[in-house]
Amino acid sequence: MGFFLEATLGGLMTGMLYSLVALGFVLIYKASGVFNFAQGAMVLFAALAMARFSEWFPQVLGLNSKVLGNLLAMVGAMLLMVAVAWLIERLVLGKLVNQEGITLLMATLGITYFLDGFGQTLFGSEIYKIDIGLPKEPIFLLQGIFEGGVLVSKEDLYAAAIAASLVISLSLFFQYTSTGRALRAVADDHQAAQSIGIPLSRIWVIVWSVAGFVALVAGVIWGSKLGVQFSLSLVALKALPVVILGGLTSVPGAIIGGLIIGVGEKLSEVFLGPTLGGGIEIWFGYVLVLLVLLVRPQGLFGEKIIDRV
Amino acid sequence: MFYRENGQFKTTYRRDLQIFPIAQDRIGLLLLLALAFIAVPTMADEYTFRAILIPFLILSLAALGLNILVGYCGQVSLGTGAFMAVGAYAAYNFLVRIEGMPLLGAILMGGICATGVGVLFGIPSLRIKGLYLAVATLAAQFFVDWTFLRISWFTNNSSSGSVSVSNLHVFGLPVESPLQRYMLCLVFVAVFALLAKNLVRSAIGREWMAIRDMDVAAAVIGIRPMYAKLTAFAVSSFIVGVAGALWAFVYLGSWEPAAFSIDRSFQLLFMVIIGGLGSIMGSFFGAAFIVVLPIFLNQALPALGSLVGIVINTALVAHVELMIFGALIVWFLIVEPHGLAKLWSIGKQKLRLWPFPH
Repeated sequence: MGFFLEATLGGLMTGMLYSLVALGFVLIYKASGVFNFAQGAMVLFAALAMARFSEWFPQVLGLNSKVLGNLLAMVGAMLLMVAVAWLIERLVLGKLVNQEGITLLMATLGITYFLDGFGQTLFGSEIYKIDIGLPKEPIFLLQGIFEGGVLVSKEDLYAAAIAASLVISLSLFFQYTSTGRALRAVADDHQAAQSIGIPLSRIWVIVWSVAGFVALVAGVIWGSKLGVQFSLSLVALKALPVVILGGLTSVPGAIIGGLIIGVGEKLSEVFLGPTLGGGIEIWFGYVLVLLVLLVRPQGLFGEKIIDRV
Repeated sequence: MFYRENGQFKTTYRRDLQIFPIAQDRIGLLLLLALAFIAVPTMADEYTFRAILIPFLILSLAALGLNILVGYCGQVSLGTGAFMAVGAYAAYNFLVRIEGMPLLGAILMGGICATGVGVLFGIPSLRIKGLYLAVATLAAQFFVDWTFLRISWFTNNSSSGSVSVSNLHVFGLPVESPLQRYMLCLVFVAVFALLAKNLVRSAIGREWMAIRDMDVAAAVIGIRPMYAKLTAFAVSSFIVGVAGALWAFVYLGSWEPAAFSIDRSFQLLFMVIIGGLGSIMGSFFGAAFIVVLPIFLNQALPALGSLVGIVINTALVAHVELMIFGALIVWFLIVEPHGLAKLWSIGKQKLRLWPFPH
């Protein structure tokens, strides 16, 4: 029982991180109808920027404080992501208005290649560390109930807390600020939003910047866990089934989908893995999604797709 | 002036229905075939065969298969690499496990196995559409990758799924030298291109296109979506499976599941998009572009670097290559979203009137 709980908790933590990446997908899809394949590349790019900036800034400015260095690097990386968002809107999306979904998807795949190459040209392609001072040591919970207690990594706990607070603040931003209202209006109907004077291009820059911010947070957390390297951009492939499971248009769906897939993956690996030969977490999310979509084609929380002739 | 159909009257139904109604097109195609079958083998050297022509042919075959699914039937698939892998490993099993199995038989059986897997993963397309379907087909990709990596029966109990074939023969002729390999691929590509071209202009092809344009409307006028979608998946994955078997047997010789990874799926999708959705010709254009571009960049970048006095190491070349590749794709989509095939048809249209403006 203790072991089961441990695996479940571990899965929940990983799932929270998946949803963090998935959130980036959902934000952009909602506001512009673009399925942004480049989210993984953005995570890598942001993490690379953060890792190198936190190395360079203290050197150049002669700072000793790690916190200040990290803070400056974070701001720098964020500014860079805003610039990336602006450039993407200017150079790519603005020119592809009214194209089909598949063309837009392909364009984001092109952006993926570009960002992967650009990030590694600019920042180098070794393994870098991000150290934002998350504690590494594990803690034991519920020692009174189970023998030995339940082992939880403190780092994961902090990461999950950061992810959760990010999700809550994003929801508040969407719900209560005028920009958030504008974003929701654009998500509902591009034309109607435009007709009441919401500037589409600015909204898209904002959305891509927010997605860049989410990518930065995801990159920092994943990067401090696994180190910053090329394989970080593959996190996006893990987050894809999460997005689809929750529904492309639903922010809560991304969170719940992430938790379901995180837990399912961990439990299936622990309990089915030995009989099936291990490594099943590679496809578990995708096969689960396939089965769920057969019953609910729009995902668990997505808007119902209505066909009209 | 040269490309004009004046005076070519279609006096019978047969002539109205032929693949190339314009005489110049027929001559052009014959010239192209003559070039591919006679001129290229006498002129190309070993490197050109190995690095450019053979991969180009096999990947155009795979792109052709994918184009039937994505371009003609409108079902986006990101699992092409998986169907290629199924074709390759199934053909391998037929060749190794059955005594006296001919190579052609094994390759075609590989295609048939890929058809089965393709139809199986095509079933969700009856309920799922668009982006959801694209991600759902990724399930095929990851599941198949894992299967060949972990279940050793499929790979004849070899470790980590790496297998190899050697000593290939077709009708008693060896398939060893680059030229022989090239000829085998060329025959396959020519036959399948003809089949595909005929298929897409037949009743089933029109059903696919109706489903692509609007599936609800197609169902209303009496097209069975299930039949149309599943046949598209079947035909597409058969061709892709055969291409996979060729890729493994003829191009690679020895391979492991990583040869058919998700990158391969993306690469093929790029070929189809850049070449032109819903165009047989476009598949070839796209494959040529994607095969030649990296080779060209690989050669050109260090040369360009030394010209301006920068030493470009291999890692940097790889990264800059990625950048240029990505940027070119985006640029292409912006300039010509309908692909190279569209440029081709615009060119033909212009040529019809040339040298007059109207």
